[in-house]
Amino acid sequence: MLVSEKNALTIEIEDLTKSFGDQRESLLPILQEIQLKHGHISDFAQQEIARLLDIHPVEVYGVVTFYSFLSTEPKGRLIVRLCQTITCDLAGKEAIANTLEKELQIKFGETTPDKKFTLEYCNCIGMCDQGPAMLINEQVFTKLTPSKVIEILKKFN
Amino acid sequence: MPILNKLVIFDENNIEDSLKKAISSEPQDVVMEIRESGLKGRGGAGFPTGTKWLLARSAHADKKFVVCNADEGEPGTFKDRILLDEYTKLVFEGMVIAGYAIGAQKGFLYLRGEYRYLFDKLTKYLEQMRKENRLGNNILGSNYSFDIEIRLGSGAYVCGEESALIESLEGHRGEARNRPPYPVNTGYLGYPTIVNNVETFAVAHIIVAKGAEWYSKYGTSKSTGTKLLSISGDCKKPGVYEVPFGTTISDILKLVEAENTKAVQVGGASGFCIPKAEFDRTVAFEDVSTGGSVIIFNETRDMLQVLENFMEFFVEESCGQCTPCRIGNVKLLEGLMKIRNNDCSLSYIHELVDLGRSMQIASKCGLGQSSPNPFISIMEHFENEIFSQR
Amino acid sequence: MEKTQHTHRAPVSHQPLVVEKGNLGEIGSLVEVEINGIPYKVPIGTTILEACRQNNIHIPTLCYHEDLCLAGVCRICVVEVEGMKVLPTSCTFPITNRIKVRTTSEKVRKARRHILDLLLSEHYGECYSCHRNGNCELQTLAKEYGVDFYRFGHITERRHKVDKSSYSVIRDMDKCILCKRCVRTCIDLQEVGALEATQRGDMTTISTFLDKPLADVICINCGQCINRCPTAALKANDPSDEIWAAIDDPEMHVVIQTAPSPRSGIGEEFGCEPGTSMTYKLNTALRMIGFDAVLDTNFSADLTIMEEGTELLLRLKKLLVEGDSSVKLPQFTSCSPGWIKYIEHFYPDFLDYLSSCKSPQQMFGAVIKTFYAQERNIDPNKIVTVALMPCSAKKFECNRPEMTDSGFKDVDYGLTTREMAQMIREAGLHLPELQNSAFDEPFGDTGSGLIFGATGGVMESALRTAYALVTGRPVPFENLQILPCRGFEGVREASVLLENVLPDWSFLEGVNLKFMIAHGTANAKKVMDALARGELKDIHFVEIMACPGGCIGGGGQPIPTSPEIRQKRAELIYNEAADLEINESFRNPSIKYIYEKFLTEGPCRHLSHKLLHTHYVKRGKYID
Repeated sequence: MLVSEKNALTIEIEDLTKSFGDQRESLLPILQEIQLKHGHISDFAQQEIARLLDIHPVEVYGVVTFYSFLSTEPKGRLIVRLCQTITCDLAGKEAIANTLEKELQIKFGETTPDKKFTLEYCNCIGMCDQGPAMLINEQVFTKLTPSKVIEILKKFN
Repeated sequence: MPILNKLVIFDENNIEDSLKKAISSEPQDVVMEIRESGLKGRGGAGFPTGTKWLLARSAHADKKFVVCNADEGEPGTFKDRILLDEYTKLVFEGMVIAGYAIGAQKGFLYLRGEYRYLFDKLTKYLEQMRKENRLGNNILGSNYSFDIEIRLGSGAYVCGEESALIESLEGHRGEARNRPPYPVNTGYLGYPTIVNNVETFAVAHIIVAKGAEWYSKYGTSKSTGTKLLSISGDCKKPGVYEVPFGTTISDILKLVEAENTKAVQVGGASGFCIPKAEFDRTVAFEDVSTGGSVIIFNETRDMLQVLENFMEFFVEESCGQCTPCRIGNVKLLEGLMKIRNNDCSLSYIHELVDLGRSMQIASKCGLGQSSPNPFISIMEHFENEIFSQR
Repeated sequence: MEKTQHTHRAPVSHQPLVVEKGNLGEIGSLVEVEINGIPYKVPIGTTILEACRQNNIHIPTLCYHEDLCLAGVCRICVVEVEGMKVLPTSCTFPITNRIKVRTTSEKVRKARRHILDLLLSEHYGECYSCHRNGNCELQTLAKEYGVDFYRFGHITERRHKVDKSSYSVIRDMDKCILCKRCVRTCIDLQEVGALEATQRGDMTTISTFLDKPLADVICINCGQCINRCPTAALKANDPSDEIWAAIDDPEMHVVIQTAPSPRSGIGEEFGCEPGTSMTYKLNTALRMIGFDAVLDTNFSADLTIMEEGTELLLRLKKLLVEGDSSVKLPQFTSCSPGWIKYIEHFYPDFLDYLSSCKSPQQMFGAVIKTFYAQERNIDPNKIVTVALMPCSAKKFECNRPEMTDSGFKDVDYGLTTREMAQMIREAGLHLPELQNSAFDEPFGDTGSGLIFGATGGVMESALRTAYALVTGRPVPFENLQILPCRGFEGVREASVLLENVLPDWSFLEGVNLKFMIAHGTANAKKVMDALARGELKDIHFVEIMACPGGCIGGGGQPIPTSPEIRQKRAELIYNEAADLEINESFRNPSIKYIYEKFLTEGPCRHLSHKLLHTHYVKRGKYID
């Protein structure tokens, strides 16, 4: 990481601690903002957050690895999260998963080489009456069929 | 969004200016009204809401907190999403009323990360409430001040457990706390805190408007009022339904036009599997208790696949701190995989059911205590079917 | 007895219940509890576990540790409380009203057995190939419950690599049962923060920041985590194979120095009560094992006092006589290598406050490979120096690149009390049965250095020597006030007025010398934060030991540890010290001898600076 990048990140985190407060309670909101903006929470960001909140870096790391929407590794700009829980599973998740893997040419847990898409499973997203369902970043897509998936992915291309 | 049966909460006629009514009465009276209504927590555990509020109210502290648990993560549940999206007023004003009743100054809405798309809309709604003086300083000209902050989850089912939720609010890993002490005494940052489900706040709003007596006409004597059910799975009309407590499973199946039903999972992954022979049982705290999830399986479904899905869910979503839940769920899942590979004795499955019973009583929090429920109930009713198919 | 503290970092639910007046009745009032049908009276707020232990009712525990805040995660201590559907953990459950408890019901027995079976299913390896064989809390439980088969299988493949990166602490996470004692030790007790639970569910692991090797993260090597680990997941980096090899090599002259704390603790490894003296029996054992010379670290403790005390007086002189306000006061002790690494990481801008003196271990190493070699006419190249220490951080210390002032590696190996006990067992010796024998010359006389082992010991030794040097009289201990330091829990303060001083020290006439004593790095943090705020301006000398209780509670000491055990070890050291004839370091004949024969310019001069003093590294908190 370049020094200038580090400095910019430090300023960004300092601003976040100003708006959310520099108490431990602000940890998740700060992590969520960094995750949203940078797609991951880098080693340096974790240490800066620890410094500004006066906690240990390993505590930040412990929190980041606990929550599945936070990550230490860079991810794609678009995170496709296919619901794997029961009703979506019964409604045909498998076919959707196959379609996604073939269309994006990656396996679940991977990111496309152009860093555009990351493909993941997630647990119930509360769209059980309209399964199979998935999230692309914050957008919800329901009643998926393989052909519908292809249409959706096209829109993002 | 299909809302398919309207009764109390979903009946717009029941939405009145409860906030004004509450704030112009004594906090103690608001608590009493809720107590008399017999309202029990709608998240599934069924703790009497009035008692919770009374305990928090009588705790001595200079700060108190109200938390709305909108971490709706139970598989098969989506009624809170609809309440937040379309009945926002009931939820937020219900929180203000609760705050007034217990003497809190601040509330949190803990919104699951999966519902982030609701964040802007809800934030705008809070802004509007502040403009209308229904939130913020001196609400509706009274001496009472209260504000609400929305906090997002980040993809952890266990944060729906109230003490794990509080840990998460405090910036920790979502690991449930020891109890006692209970949140009503020692909650967020050590201050008295009530954590209630989204639906509970909405119902409280209506109880304040219509009165405890009116409300308790619905339901049964031990489970007053109505329940929102999120119904999914093998039926023609999945969606959110409002039914009075005491409604039988078979009536629900008729309502959603389910056919050839083999079993119904009530209460989500952490609930129980009800076989056909028991469809005359009722949704009620004294019978089949649920936070709102109803998942229907027809005759074609493989119950082993269903159970595997549930157990995979718990293995991933256990916070991992306590032994019974962290390792126990893995052992239950491994047992299922052994069955699939035709490498499992029936007696080992019985051993695992026994383990499940220990997990139910020895796990640290509600997640671990309820995670063996589907294993135990599905094995109880479908053991022969599962084994004869291999 | 030292009091265990819980820092602000411990989550609310991990802290003991605070009984508030009015909330639960009068503080200290009794409440009745019925355990297995028999009524007992206990103070309100007593946990079920405490109530049972007080009444000799055994309850198994794993995650519970007297020194630590509560976790309630292993669940092995569950009991049945009438009226509750679930089984609460007895370690976390405070008794606030009349309850009925059952500790032996079917539900309880079954749940505990299941928990044990689950832990064993994921516990890699077999007991006979494990260094905690015979002293493992999981093994003890398995025996207690008569485990004779793996009900839920047993893991046969490793899931984690053993982390051997650190000179001090080795981590084998396949033996970990996730009790989090190490996490609570590291974050709450020591406030170092090297370890934390990461991931979740079945992936949960105790790891370092970014799962880096321990050597690459902020770890002070104090080994307190090892002392509290119930299994073999954590152990010290054991050099005994290399030491055996040196002993077996007839060319090599293997010298061992033994510190007071291991001598006060090693008996526990052979079934003795804590606080049983083994000093002179140990000398016999070491010779029987084949060490060529057995030396007493007390000698170099006295040497440290001479150097460190002189350094303090010089700093005072600079300030009071020369008016040099850049002098860094208070002077901090530097004999605890865990503390040194702590300050290098967390307060790198304050390293000038540290005494430049090496620790007694390293001073002795440098002396052995120079003066001793010269005296005994041995090629220093053929000398191997071993240091028997209560400490895991000493292993790191002797490997610091700057510790080669003798022209060789000053100390070749740091050996812990536990590892020494293992070598003695391996040699077929039963320590308590051996005869006494004396230390080897020329450093056989002991001064006040003995009490270095306990917290406050360095301060007391330094005080004895400095006072006697300056006034020509022994310390008027009846006038000495050692008080709990106001404002900082866990930190003590002492002062002594210097009156009628000798002419050379006239500038110190009327000075009220003020000292502070802290043990455990969480307390060191309080002192350092106060220093950073400029609040220690009237303090002259601060003793800091990284480990709770000082060296007798070091990370290389026998397992288990508890406030009571540490108290007994400290009592032994003070009792032995009380029997000594010489109480001031400069009266120690061996000390006189070395300053006459070798360090002829005296303390803090050229040669002693070269051999006995060192410098520190600004490490900081960032990791690349």
